[in-house]
Amino acid sequence: MSTPPPALPAIVEASPLRRFAAEFAASRVALGAAVLLAAILFAALFAPLLSPQDPYDLATLDIMDSKLEPGARGAAGARFLLGTDEQGRDLLSAILHGLRISLGVGVMATLVAMAFGTLTGLASAWFGGRFDALLMRIVDLQLSFPAILVALVLLAVLGQGVDKVVLALVIVQWAYYARTVRGSALAERNREYIEAARCLALPAWRIVLRHLLPNCLPPLIVIATVQVAHAIALEATLSFLGLGMPITSPSLGLLIANGYTQLLSGKYWISFFPGIALVLTIVAINLVGDQLRDVLNPRLSR
Amino acid sequence: MSAGPASSSAAQAVPLLELRGIERRFGRPLDLAARIANRLGADIDAQVVHAVDSVDLALATGEVVGLAGESGCGKSTLARIAAGILEPGRGERLWQGRPVAAMPRAERIATELKVQMIFQDAFASLDPRMRVDDLVAEAPLAHRLIRRAEKDALVDTTLRQVGLDPSAKRRWPHQFSGGQRSRIGIARALAVRPELLVCDEAVAALDVSIQAQVLNLFMRLRDELGLTYLFISHDLGVIRHLADRVLIMYLGRIVESAPTAELFAAPNHPYTRALLAEVPTLAQRRRSYQPVRGEIPSPLAPPPGCHFHPRCPHAMPRCAVEAPALKAVAPGRQSACHLNDAT
Repeated sequence: MSTPPPALPAIVEASPLRRFAAEFAASRVALGAAVLLAAILFAALFAPLLSPQDPYDLATLDIMDSKLEPGARGAAGARFLLGTDEQGRDLLSAILHGLRISLGVGVMATLVAMAFGTLTGLASAWFGGRFDALLMRIVDLQLSFPAILVALVLLAVLGQGVDKVVLALVIVQWAYYARTVRGSALAERNREYIEAARCLALPAWRIVLRHLLPNCLPPLIVIATVQVAHAIALEATLSFLGLGMPITSPSLGLLIANGYTQLLSGKYWISFFPGIALVLTIVAINLVGDQLRDVLNPRLSR
Repeated sequence: MSAGPASSSAAQAVPLLELRGIERRFGRPLDLAARIANRLGADIDAQVVHAVDSVDLALATGEVVGLAGESGCGKSTLARIAAGILEPGRGERLWQGRPVAAMPRAERIATELKVQMIFQDAFASLDPRMRVDDLVAEAPLAHRLIRRAEKDALVDTTLRQVGLDPSAKRRWPHQFSGGQRSRIGIARALAVRPELLVCDEAVAALDVSIQAQVLNLFMRLRDELGLTYLFISHDLGVIRHLADRVLIMYLGRIVESAPTAELFAAPNHPYTRALLAEVPTLAQRRRSYQPVRGEIPSPLAPPPGCHFHPRCPHAMPRCAVEAPALKAVAPGRQSACHLNDAT
């Protein structure tokens, strides 16, 4: 009884990452969504290599190819898998490039909003008191307006531009992160490991960033995933309304806006295929986000 | 059991850690709505818990002081104040006779490291997202007590010191058993070379055989490193086994202080007597079990005068009015009871 404990028995335990992967793959739908999302990311990342045509190079466009049906052959003999738009631009190439822009804006806006919102939420939980109350009332105010309204007003004031769209999305979204992080940080702050860190006289920034933040991360990852989808949808909406991306950066929303006037004349594909790409992207991200939430939530796991 | 190197004679020397007139309240001030209601004639009181109420405490170097009392009496709050985690609302904390709060920053941090705390729930006290070696070496690295190259050596020696196999240092806290987690917590404290360990119910969550191992570890470390202990427990058996001196706490106040053997042989304060009567022993098997009469009063509304008087079998009219002071009743012994004035 009083002998020192023997060497630990080798615990055969899968690494946390592997266990996580196995739990994630337990749902076929989520697995399919993850594969689809990976394919979409791949396509967006390597759009310039994958697309048959450079949609930005006007010299390669032939006005004689305009509004060709999906699968039709152009004047130069090239086949247009998804048809062409008014300018004779290959839609597949335009969608791949548009995907790149949409995803880029969505991810960028989410990352910035997450960083800003997380720091605000942590500060709010750590300092508490009036600072906390003030910040949370700002968050309430922010969340009480519909996101699209706030973004519309902001862009109407700021004008067009990729940076301005990202800024508008960040302003619309940071409050979600701030509130979520504050919630988990408040719960974690009173745990004994934080007291232990205090007892070791560690500086406050270290306790917050090295101990508090990592333990608040799981819900944050879930929210960030779903918010990427929201950001993409919001950006597409704004672009469709003509307030979002400039015409020089044709995102999926702009492509849809570009073709919807033709919709009733039977040339459905100019809007339809970019719309499908947008829906698939958003659905894939949401499904992956849902499964992440289920796997990362300790209350749901056995 | 052992008399220990320090006894009442050490009280003349400057204590290692001294708490003077410590007071700590918990509660929130009235919010705006309540203040407006009060303006309009309502009578809403702020709910304030007097967790620790003018406590004096001195720990001599090398001494093991046990602090006992029922749950909710303020033991843990006092422990956190002693360990420097909580600021006392009022009162002073002195390290070797010098107020900690008045020290320059670098010195204050060095002093805080000299006092380390061992927590009741070892698992909760370990950051679940850090591996054992990072847990143990974080503070020494952050305070530049060691260089990065010395990390492995420090972790290995410290883990061996507490009876853990250093080969497990890359594991996560959740991969250990309860006793092993306790040892990790102790290793983390030892890594910053403390002189005083504040143990807050450090073995209460462990099962009995593991308790004995960890208690023996504490005593071995005391001999090897010359540590001083403030050992907080509701378990008088543990305290009797470990402590040189015992403090009994009731509703935020210390009611009796005495060397362990004397306290267990002849308790002075009625509350101490009642507590001791509750300790089950084999010899008592036939006696009818008599718990302390009544409930522990709500700390939100402690009784006036002596906090113990509603439950005390010897209560006098004076007890309900005047709080007894902690006075010397014999050399090295103090008690806070009006009965001592009567005799």
